[in-house]
Amino acid sequence: MLVSVYRYNPDVDKAPYMQDMEVAIPEGRDLMILDVLAIMKEQDPTLAYRRSCREGVCGSDGMNMNGKNGLACITSISQVVKGGKLVLRPLPGLPVIRDLVVDMSMFYKQYEKIRPYLINDMPAPAIERIQSPEDREKLDGLYECILCACCSTACPSFWWNPDKFIGPSGLLQAYRFLVDSRDTATVERLADLDDPFSVFRCRGIMNCVSVCPKGLNPTRAIGHIRNMLLQRAT
Amino acid sequence: MVMSVTSFGRSGVYDWMVQRVSAVVLAAYVLFILGYLVASPDLTYEAWKGLFSNACVRIFSLGALVSLGAHAWVGLWTISTDYLKNGVVRFLCQALCGAVMFVYFVWGIEILWGL
Ligand code: SF4
Repeated sequence: MLVSVYRYNPDVDKAPYMQDMEVAIPEGRDLMILDVLAIMKEQDPTLAYRRSCREGVCGSDGMNMNGKNGLACITSISQVVKGGKLVLRPLPGLPVIRDLVVDMSMFYKQYEKIRPYLINDMPAPAIERIQSPEDREKLDGLYECILCACCSTACPSFWWNPDKFIGPSGLLQAYRFLVDSRDTATVERLADLDDPFSVFRCRGIMNCVSVCPKGLNPTRAIGHIRNMLLQRAT
Repeated sequence: MVMSVTSFGRSGVYDWMVQRVSAVVLAAYVLFILGYLVASPDLTYEAWKGLFSNACVRIFSLGALVSLGAHAWVGLWTISTDYLKNGVVRFLCQALCGAVMFVYFVWGIEILWGL
């Protein structure tokens, strides 16, 4: 199979370029893209990419495969390759450190902004803060996010304003804490989001929904936040 | 909280609301005018002038004009902050949009009440 991979080593290369490699895929096997990368790295050990758990849990190997973001470890060749060619690029919109490795600082900065932890100013109970099963259920579809950045780097609004727009991933997390019955900082959290960029730069393009490897729906969470902001303002 | 001095209402919800309400007004106005045109196939200048001498129609037209200005401002402000990364260029573009909208507004009043 022909694989075209994005190469850039700022110490050596003046500009990024695409490198073509012929990769021998074992007969009758539908490898994951991460396995293809392992074969490629044997051929050319200078190829750099991130990986850790290799089973879609850590979120390290997010990349752009034939034009669509996803996790290389849980994306098979048959899912993305049509016509015998695979094109691998780093996640779009973030600075490239080397080859498929991107600088995620901007992404984490947006995550940090939404204060991704429970804030509760009530005295701590002796054992734990109780939550009803119904309230716990509200966190389903939110807490599963692994911060792989596939969604935010597929979002044109995040490409244009990565410093101001929180992005789908951060907003999914923002809603996860807004809706948590144990969190008492809802008012402050909403006040922080009520500017023309943080939430409202979402134009409902829904690339985030189409790429999320965990099947989550950031657009819906953003809609919920918008409703909370509207309720607060009227 | 991201600060911005050039946005319409400085608050995202406010801009969002302006965008929605103005869209409804514009849609209603378009339906009204289209409905009128369809309902009066052989329209004369007198009839058209008569329509716009009605105070309600004038007020509705002015409302539509204000909505157009607000709607366009929020929309173009959003586009300019997406695509124009040079602060001076962006400001000049926004100033131009604002000036055009102001001209349309004043001109519209003149047309509506100056007939
Ligand atoms: S919402 Fe989905 S795509 Fe976005 S960071 Fe979380 S797991 Fe990744």
